Amino acid sequence: MTQEYIISLKNLCKSYNTKENLTVEALKDINLDVKENDFICIVGPSGCGKSTMLRIIAGLETATEGKIIYEGRELQKPTKDIGMVFQDYSLLPWRTVLDNIALGLEFKGVSKNKRLDIASRYLELIDMTRFGKAYPYELSGGMQQRVAIARALANDPHVLLMDEPFGALDAHTRILLQKELLRIWERNKKTIMFVTHSVDESVYLADKVIVMSRNPGEIKEIINIDMERPRDRGDIKYATMTSKILKMLEVS
Amino acid sequence: MSKAIRNTITSFIVPILFIFTWAIFATKLNNPMILPQINQVLNNFVHATDDFIGLGSIPRNIIVSLIRVLLGYCVGVIIALPLGIFMGYKESISNLFSKFINTLRPVPALSWVPLVLAWFGLASLATFFGVPYGPKQVFFDNFKFAMIFIIGMGTFFPVVSGAAFGVKNVPKTLIESAKVLGASNRDIFFKILIPAAGPNIINGLRGGLGSAWGCLVAAEMLPGSLSGLGYLITHAYELARTDLVVTGIICIGVVGALLDYIFVVVEKRRFSWLGR
Ligand SMILES: Nc1ncnc2c1ncn2[C@@H]1O[C@H](COP(=O)(O)OP(=O)(O)OP(=O)(O)O)[C@@H](O)[C@H]1O
Ligand SMILES: [Mg+2]
Repeated sequence: MTQEYIISLKNLCKSYNTKENLTVEALKDINLDVKENDFICIVGPSGCGKSTMLRIIAGLETATEGKIIYEGRELQKPTKDIGMVFQDYSLLPWRTVLDNIALGLEFKGVSKNKRLDIASRYLELIDMTRFGKAYPYELSGGMQQRVAIARALANDPHVLLMDEPFGALDAHTRILLQKELLRIWERNKKTIMFVTHSVDESVYLADKVIVMSRNPGEIKEIINIDMERPRDRGDIKYATMTSKILKMLEVS
Repeated sequence: MSKAIRNTITSFIVPILFIFTWAIFATKLNNPMILPQINQVLNNFVHATDDFIGLGSIPRNIIVSLIRVLLGYCVGVIIALPLGIFMGYKESISNLFSKFINTLRPVPALSWVPLVLAWFGLASLATFFGVPYGPKQVFFDNFKFAMIFIIGMGTFFPVVSGAAFGVKNVPKTLIESAKVLGASNRDIFFKILIPAAGPNIINGLRGGLGSAWGCLVAAEMLPGSLSGLGYLITHAYELARTDLVVTGIICIGVVGALLDYIFVVVEKRRFSWLGR
């Protein structure tokens, strides 16, 4: 089956009713087509509906209007093909690293030996073989986020949604994890939708940057980043891209 | 000196000071009605297996009390634990029960006695199972439904609150991250909610056991009670045997602390992942 797009958002709208009986248009008329294996970054001011968009695609929230086409079919409920990584890692604190990575496989009913086998492979992928038996509280934030990424990947999703996954990390760890994520993405070929507050991060990672504006939450601009990877932050083109996106965010 | 040894020594300072003060006052007052001598009380423990004031030995009284508490505790837990878990799980169930439970919570167990007696009378495990008269009957007659009810009431509130609070306060992102990994509702309940609420549930169970043990004296003041630590205290008081009263108090305290210690061990073993 050949599809041009793996995910298409069609006229997606989401409004919330607040306690004061006001209507917040978190998303208004979002149309977006995502090609398979694309790395998409979404930037925009706080409250413009970035999280809401990912949460609807993940099936954690339902759209008020519009629909999501996934692999040619309308998406109705959460599917294991779409994984998500949260900003706060949300590992299960009572499980070891290995058992955390194996969680999705356990839900799928994969036998114990097999799932530990697969989990160990992903542990290797994130370069944390020594920590299989550790508990989350024994890990740094960066390590916990790597485990969360491995946990999502172990389920072998086609699409990986990431909501500010590196937002709570220091600049150094952040850059390390960006490289690591690119390495994993190039090796495993996933479609990634990545929300970030950092324009630099979006230019470093993305094939396409979606710039959003708020009140109502709309897509303002879609920018293609045609630069070879690994990208050089000192490159003049890199700097131009970054300032271009920053300017757009300023006026929104 | 290692930290463990230092901690152990520290924990003995206050009890030793207490015993000293007791000894001084007991000698000064020289009135066993007000404060018994330490050696009198010690003597009771040395002769623990003797028959005291016609109520049997100390170990026997401890065992009777312990069984009463555990029976009442089990009944309380069997009702409170699932109820608490479901109250934490579904807001509608919580709305249904929480006002009612919060109204009953402050009522002391003792105030139920008249009603409970009217409901259950002197019915016991012996009458319920129709144990024929004999030593067995005497033993099983110790476990009156009225007592079990009072102790169960004491157990109920801490357990229900701990479970409801624990399940309700499981971080939403844990549940959501499980959902996107493909968890069914059943998975979420058993693999996320229950283990995540575990520490609070155990805390409730611990409070419940403490409260159950605390209700013991009240339960054993019920008519028809003829043994147990609570009854030993009441009866010793009537006979002006304050040394036995103190003996009973010490037993209640020590057994209660040992029961509590079980939970300390469970928490250490099972909840090391809390990283405290
Ligand atoms: N459950 C909810 N109830 C009511 N309003 C909500 C709810 N969730 C989100 N909103 C509103 O929807 C809008 C978009 O929220 P969203 O969390 O998607 O923003 P965001 O772009 O992810 O912001 P941030 O960058 O701060 O994470 C906000 O105005 C927010 O107040
Ligand atoms: Mg957000």
